Amino acid sequence: MATEPQNVEKLMRGEYRHGFITDIESDTVPPGLNEDVIRLISAKKNEPAFMLEWRLKAYRHWLGMQEPLWAHVKHPPIDYQAISYYSAPKSKRNAPKSLAEVDPKLLETYEKLGVPLHERAKLAGVAVDAVFDSVSVATTFRKKLAEAGVIFCPFSEAVKEHPALVEKYLGSVVPYSDNFFATLNSAVFSDGSFVFVPKGVRCPMELSTYFRINAANTGQFERTLIVAEEGAYVSYLEGCTAPMRDENQLHAAVVELIALEGAQIKYSTVQNWYPGDENGVGGIYNFVTKRGDCRGANSRISWTQVETGSAITWKYPSVLLKGDNSIGEFYSVAVANHYQQADTGTKMIHIGKNTRSTIVSKGISAGHGQNSYRGLVKMLAGAEHARNYTQCDSLLMSNRCGAHTFPYMEVRNPTAKVEHEATTSKISDDQLFYCRSRGVSTEDAVNMIVSGFCKDVFKELPMEFAVEAQRLLAVTLEGAVG
Amino acid sequence: MLSIKNLHAKVEGRDILKGLDLEVQAGEVHAIMGPNGSGKSTLVHILAGRDGYEVTAGSVSYLGKDLLSMVPEERAHAGVFLAFQYPVEIPGVNNVYLLKAAYNAIRKHRGEEQLDAMDFLAMVKAKMQFMEIDPSFLNRAVNEGFSGGEKKRNEILQMLVLEPKLALLDETDSGLDIDALKVVAKGINRLRSPERAMVMVTHYQRLLDYIEPDLVHVLAGGRILKSGDKNLALELERRGYDWVLAEAAA
Ligand SMILES: Nc1ncnc2c1ncn2[C@@H]1O[C@H](COP(=O)(O)OP(=O)(O)OP(=O)(O)O)[C@@H](O)[C@H]1O
Ligand SMILES: [Mg+2]
Repeated sequence: MATEPQNVEKLMRGEYRHGFITDIESDTVPPGLNEDVIRLISAKKNEPAFMLEWRLKAYRHWLGMQEPLWAHVKHPPIDYQAISYYSAPKSKRNAPKSLAEVDPKLLETYEKLGVPLHERAKLAGVAVDAVFDSVSVATTFRKKLAEAGVIFCPFSEAVKEHPALVEKYLGSVVPYSDNFFATLNSAVFSDGSFVFVPKGVRCPMELSTYFRINAANTGQFERTLIVAEEGAYVSYLEGCTAPMRDENQLHAAVVELIALEGAQIKYSTVQNWYPGDENGVGGIYNFVTKRGDCRGANSRISWTQVETGSAITWKYPSVLLKGDNSIGEFYSVAVANHYQQADTGTKMIHIGKNTRSTIVSKGISAGHGQNSYRGLVKMLAGAEHARNYTQCDSLLMSNRCGAHTFPYMEVRNPTAKVEHEATTSKISDDQLFYCRSRGVSTEDAVNMIVSGFCKDVFKELPMEFAVEAQRLLAVTLEGAVG
Repeated sequence: MLSIKNLHAKVEGRDILKGLDLEVQAGEVHAIMGPNGSGKSTLVHILAGRDGYEVTAGSVSYLGKDLLSMVPEERAHAGVFLAFQYPVEIPGVNNVYLLKAAYNAIRKHRGEEQLDAMDFLAMVKAKMQFMEIDPSFLNRAVNEGFSGGEKKRNEILQMLVLEPKLALLDETDSGLDIDALKVVAKGINRLRSPERAMVMVTHYQRLLDYIEPDLVHVLAGGRILKSGDKNLALELERRGYDWVLAEAAA
């Protein structure tokens, strides 16, 4: 925990540690969006016809949609014609078949990010599907997973190799017409992950994907689809980071989770997209639609997220609790430092009987950061004896930041119960002095208090991820008090 | 060990300390008494390095070093410890976690190995037993929801674990029941040694019944108006402060 004195100053500035740009030739489509661009994307990816049709349907729908304005965030208008919708690293051979074939520069990038593929795979037993800009370049442990019957591959590959599964489940949780950003994603999505865990199978390892936006002016539109059949279990980890750039970049991902009867999906995210500098210049606009569908009885979906990055975050991982006795969970730590704006929360839609949901949201605001929790708990008429518990805590670290809470509740069943608790606290000078008088430095004291505040969320993360999240939080908040 | 010369300090623009002198040698226990608002807490806060006080004149030397130029954690590393009049609650942070961070920070400063978790826990548990604190307090948030007396006991536990050279105790006896007072006194006496010094701020003789001071001082009007041996405390208990103030004015 202790920091060497020579590093303190650097840490105080809270520099973004992942801010380097990889110099690789990439294959980028010129900026702009029209039907031809969509056809080009689809052709470049050798997609079957149903996929192109779906993209075009989404695009035509999107043309008639308006960007949503209700979030508690401010940004200049986004010019969707100025964005390039496809960027793939250009390899000498067509596509790498193994790690040995992967561009060493690319692997170096992962090293810098702290994802040494081979190491990680060996040591942690984690299979990593690394998405670099838009195309998945390396996938490990595929074989071991295949033996268990688990499919874990880049989305673009699933479209070609498992078209029936993709066609059956794609858009079944987040329809192409869902919302402005999800619809845009449906039209232009580049790549992402596909996971299928068959009936009764417990996925033998944690699945992990690192996303990273590299090329300038490219939007990143991943599409992830995870299906757990009856009684299956899978834990999926997602880590995100992006290089430092002065211009803002758009990231509009869609994640769909489907849990059939008795299945369980745990989805964990540590998001550290570039947040912009301390004056609010640059940074990622992170507009993400994540939704899980507890389709079968006794199924369970948990979202756990630690969000330290992005200039703007607009994200509400949700669960549709359709199956009786199904469980939805949302554990979140969201940080808004400098000029970051986070509008995040969740939606729990209780449809089946005895459905239960738990929401634990921890918002940390520092600098001029604005942090909003927006949550909807909806109990439909059929949701007999459904229960929700929401706990929503805010920690303020300066006098210029803000914390806002927007809880919405709709209860249409008299036997359903909704509980909401909220607190706001500030790290006080007295607390810091108390720790310092015991020999603990300010930085370590802040880390200790913040970790304590986030404890209920961190304990939901897989071990290695929890350590990383804690470290990330510490780096993000160095020097943030005051 | 501690030498305070002509200390002047302001709080919010108001003069609180107005030329305070105090000499403390290793091995001594000093009691500081005085009316409410006279500046006792101000003095120990300044010695521990709390923000918000403006020292306008004077000097403080501790073990030959300029104490006022050190940040609070450096002072702690050098062996200064303050038991707070109002211990601070830190929700979410385990008591044992803070203790361990503090203990290791101080050991690291001394160039000593960090104690491994098991040994540390065994050491803390033994000291908790000595202070008659239930082990469940290890995993409770620092001071959160502790009763007044429990907070004071916890301060002394921290002191026993950190083994300071100079202990500043601000009204550690306030709010204690009779049994707790004995326990706290036992804890303080345990640390008494020829290498250590203690400065205890108190309003009552009853603490001094258990911890016999070498010197007793009256702090009033921002200065030490009178010093004496343990009998001065007994006299103050009988006669109050007016006569000291009158004597000083004369
Ligand atoms: N932050 C502050 N702002 C304004 N006045 C202050 C502040 N801190 C202390 N004071 C004032 O300084 C004076 C000395 O306070 P201090 O706490 O040192 O007294 P004390 O001798 O410890 O009293 P007690 O016996 O009641 O604990 C008091 O008049 C108090 O109101
Ligand atoms: Mg006081």
